[in-house]
Amino acid sequence: MLLQIHEPGQTPLPHEGEQKRAVGIDLGTTNSVVAVIRDGEAQAFRDEDGSALVPSVVAYAPDGSAIVGSMAQQLALNFPDRVVSSVKRLMGRGVEDIKTVAGTLPYDVVPAHDGGMVKLRIGDLELSPVEISAEILRGLKDRAEEALGGEVKKAVITVPAYFDDAARTATRDAARLAGLEVLRLVNEPTAAALAYGLDEGAEGLYAVYDLGGGTFDVSLLRMQTGVFQVRSTGGDAALGGDDFDHAIAERIMRERGTENPSRAEVRTALTTARMIKEALSEQDSGTWYMEAEGLRSEHSLTRAEFDELIAPMVQLTLDTCLSVLEDAEVFPEDVKGVVLVGGSTRVPLVRRRVADLFGQEPLADINPDEVVAVGAARQADALTGGSDALLLDVAPLSLGIETMGGIVEKVIERNTTIPVSMAQEFTTYQDGQSAMMIHVVQGEREMVDQCRSLGRFVLSGIPPMTAGAARIRVTYSVDADGLLTVSAREETTGTEQKIEVKPSYGLGEEEMADMLRASMENARADMEWRLLAEARVEAERGLGALDAALRVDGDLLTDDEREALLSAAADVRTAVGGNDRDAINEAAERLDQASVAFAQKRMDRGIADALKGVAMDDLETRVGNAGNS
Amino acid sequence: MDVATATDGQTTAACWSCKGPVAAGLLFCPTCAAIQPPGQADRFTRFGQPAGFDIDEAALETVYFDLQRKLHPDRFATASPKEKALSQSQAIAVNEAYETLRDPLRRAAYLLTLKGRTADVDRDATINDPELLMESMEAREALAEAATPEEAQAIARDTAAKMDDCKSALSRAFSAGDLDEAGNLTTRLKYLAKLAGEARARRMKLAGRG
Repeated sequence: MLLQIHEPGQTPLPHEGEQKRAVGIDLGTTNSVVAVIRDGEAQAFRDEDGSALVPSVVAYAPDGSAIVGSMAQQLALNFPDRVVSSVKRLMGRGVEDIKTVAGTLPYDVVPAHDGGMVKLRIGDLELSPVEISAEILRGLKDRAEEALGGEVKKAVITVPAYFDDAARTATRDAARLAGLEVLRLVNEPTAAALAYGLDEGAEGLYAVYDLGGGTFDVSLLRMQTGVFQVRSTGGDAALGGDDFDHAIAERIMRERGTENPSRAEVRTALTTARMIKEALSEQDSGTWYMEAEGLRSEHSLTRAEFDELIAPMVQLTLDTCLSVLEDAEVFPEDVKGVVLVGGSTRVPLVRRRVADLFGQEPLADINPDEVVAVGAARQADALTGGSDALLLDVAPLSLGIETMGGIVEKVIERNTTIPVSMAQEFTTYQDGQSAMMIHVVQGEREMVDQCRSLGRFVLSGIPPMTAGAARIRVTYSVDADGLLTVSAREETTGTEQKIEVKPSYGLGEEEMADMLRASMENARADMEWRLLAEARVEAERGLGALDAALRVDGDLLTDDEREALLSAAADVRTAVGGNDRDAINEAAERLDQASVAFAQKRMDRGIADALKGVAMDDLETRVGNAGNS
Repeated sequence: MDVATATDGQTTAACWSCKGPVAAGLLFCPTCAAIQPPGQADRFTRFGQPAGFDIDEAALETVYFDLQRKLHPDRFATASPKEKALSQSQAIAVNEAYETLRDPLRRAAYLLTLKGRTADVDRDATINDPELLMESMEAREALAEAATPEEAQAIARDTAAKMDDCKSALSRAFSAGDLDEAGNLTTRLKYLAKLAGEARARRMKLAGRG
C-alpha cells in the first residue's frame, strides 16, 4: 500500500478521485461503522475479523495519546478509568442535562468552567465529548484511508433524528477536529431508508423503526422517483436496548438479595443481563450463573418472563410510532414497508409487536448494524455527484421563542421540510423599552422550562416608543443539516442583531480554534488546505463564467479589450495551478476589475433585447431552465 | 407552464457570477449557468401555477421535486460558499411555496392575502359564526363519546366529506370573486381540519389500546 506524504502547505492539486472520495459514517453510542460506495456497490470497511463494527470506545494513555475501538475496549478490563465509552450521550450536554445519568456513567463528569458542555476526567486529562468523539472519527477515518489507500477528507455523518441543535453542532465540531469536512449531517433513520430505497427502487410510504442501545427513533418516509421525502419523525432519547439489560439486571440483583451493590457487581450484572437478552432472542429459556464479590448466584429466565419485563418499554415505542403516523396524517395500513434498524430490533418481542402494529413482517435484509452507515455512504455518493437521489429531510423538533409568562410560541413546527426560514413579529410591552431578550427554545411542550434552551440574545438599540408600537421581526432559519440561525430586526428603524445559535453547550469559535491548534499538527494544514481548495473552486468558477460570457457576447469586445481580459484570465489560471491562496484571490480580483466594462456592455445589450421582446428560442431556454416545461 | 413569462422578461438583473443579464424569475444564468437568488415572485408564480384555488396536486408535486432536484443544497455540497448560500435561499423559497400551495387551507388563506384580505390560519381565531360554533361543539362531544376506533373513524369520514364540500364551495367562491364568502369558508375549513386531526388522534388512541 502506498501512502503519499506531503509537507504541510505543499499539498499538490487534489486528484479528481481524491476530491470526490467521501465516506459515510454511523457514529454510534456503542459502535460506529464507516462505509463507502465503490462502483455503485455499498461496502462497509471491516477489520481482519470481518467485523464492520468499531466499538465507540477510546482509551487514553498517560501521555494523552488515544487508542480507539476493540483494542480500547480490551484495555477497559485492566484500566477502567482511562477508557471512555458511550460518549455520544454527552454530546452537547451541560451538567444540568446529565444529572439523571451521571450516577450510571463509569467516569467522573466535570462541569466546564464557562458553564458549557461537560468535560470528562480521565486520569489527569480533562476532555470534552467533542474531543473524544473526534478520536473515534479519526479512528474511522484511518480505517477507511488504509483500505482505500489514500486520504479521506469528506464525510456524511449520521445523527439521531431527535438530536437537538447543540448535539448536532457538537458532532460537526468533532468532525472538524478529526480533519473531516462534513458534507451533510443526516438523520439515522433517514439514512437507513436510503440504504433500502436505492437498493430496491422502492416507491411508497416506508416506516423506519430504529431501536439502538440507548435511543429510539422512528421516521416515516415517502419514496418516489428518486426523491426521499421525510414526512414525520419522532423518538425517545432515553429508551433502548440498554434499558432491557437494566430490567434483567434489576431482577438479578433482587434474586441475589444485594442491598447496596458495588460498581463492579452492577457491571457484572449488566454484562450477564446482556448475555441473557441475546440468548433469549434465540432460545425460549435458560439458566445463567453470575459471580461477583465472592457470591455465585443462579438465574433462570424464560422468554415469556423477559417479554413481560420489557413489554412496557416496547409499548412506549409503539405509542411513538402511532404519533408519528398521526403527524403524517396516515394510518398503519398505509405503510408499504417497515425497515428495522439497530441491534435491539433482534429481540423477538420487538419484531412481533412492530409486525402487529403495521400488519406486516418488517424488512431486515441489510444487517441492522450496518444499514445506517450504508445509507450515509449512499448520501455521500449523491452529494459528490455519484448518484441522482435527493433527500428532503425535516426539522425533527419544533423551534420556538419565549413569550410573556414563560409560554413558548412555536416559530417552526416539527416535521417542516428543511431548509426553511420563518418569521414572526413581536412588539414591546413597556413604554420606552429599548431592548428585547430573544430566548430560543426547542421542543414540543407549552412552557419554556419544559423545553430545551438553545440560547438567548438581546436585541438592543430599539428607539423609544410607546408600548406595542415597535415591530420586531424574529426570523428562524434551519439549514439542510438541521442547524439553526436566528436573527431579530426592529422593522421601523432597521436595528438588527443576528446570531448563529451556537447553543450554550456548543463550542465557542475560539475554543474550537485552540483545540484545532492543539489537537494535531496537521489540523492547521487541513484548514489551510480547505481555504486553498475554496479559493480554487471560486477562481475556477469565475473563469468558467468568463468563458461562457465570451461565447455569448464576445462580439461586444474590441481586440484590445479581449486581449486584456484573456491575459487576466491566464494569470488566474497560473495562480490556480500553484498553492498560494493570496495569489489566487488577487488574480481573481484583477480579472473581476478587468471585466467591469464588458459586463456593462452585456447588461446594455440584455436590456435592449428584453425591450425588443423575448425571442421564441430564448423563451424556450428560460422555460427549460426553470424546469417545468 | 412558463415560470418566466415574457412580461417578467422586462425586469433584468445582472448575474452575480458573469455579470451578464438575467431575466427575473430565472433559476440559472442563461450565460454561465450560475444559480440565481430566488427573487420576489409570489408562490403561485414560483411553481408556474395560475393564482387560483383549484390546483392540480400531482402536477404541483412534480414541479416541486423538479425544482428541488435542481436547487436543493445537496446539489451544491461541493460548490462555492456563495452558490451554497443561494441554493439554500432558493430551496427555502421553494419549500415555503410548496407548503402553502399543497394545503387547501393555507392556499385559500394565501390567496386571500394576495387579494388584500387578512387570513391567518396559523393562529387560533375565535369562531364568530354561531352556527359553526354549535356544529363544532356537537362534533367534539360525539368524538369524546366515541368508544371504538370504528366510531371515531365514522366521525373522521364524516368530517372528510364536509371538508370536500367546503373545498368545492371555496372553489366556487374564488371563481366568482366572492371574497367575503371565501373568507367565511376558509374559517370553516380551518375548523374542519382541526376536527379531522382530533378524530384521527382519537382513532389512533382507541386502536392503540386494542
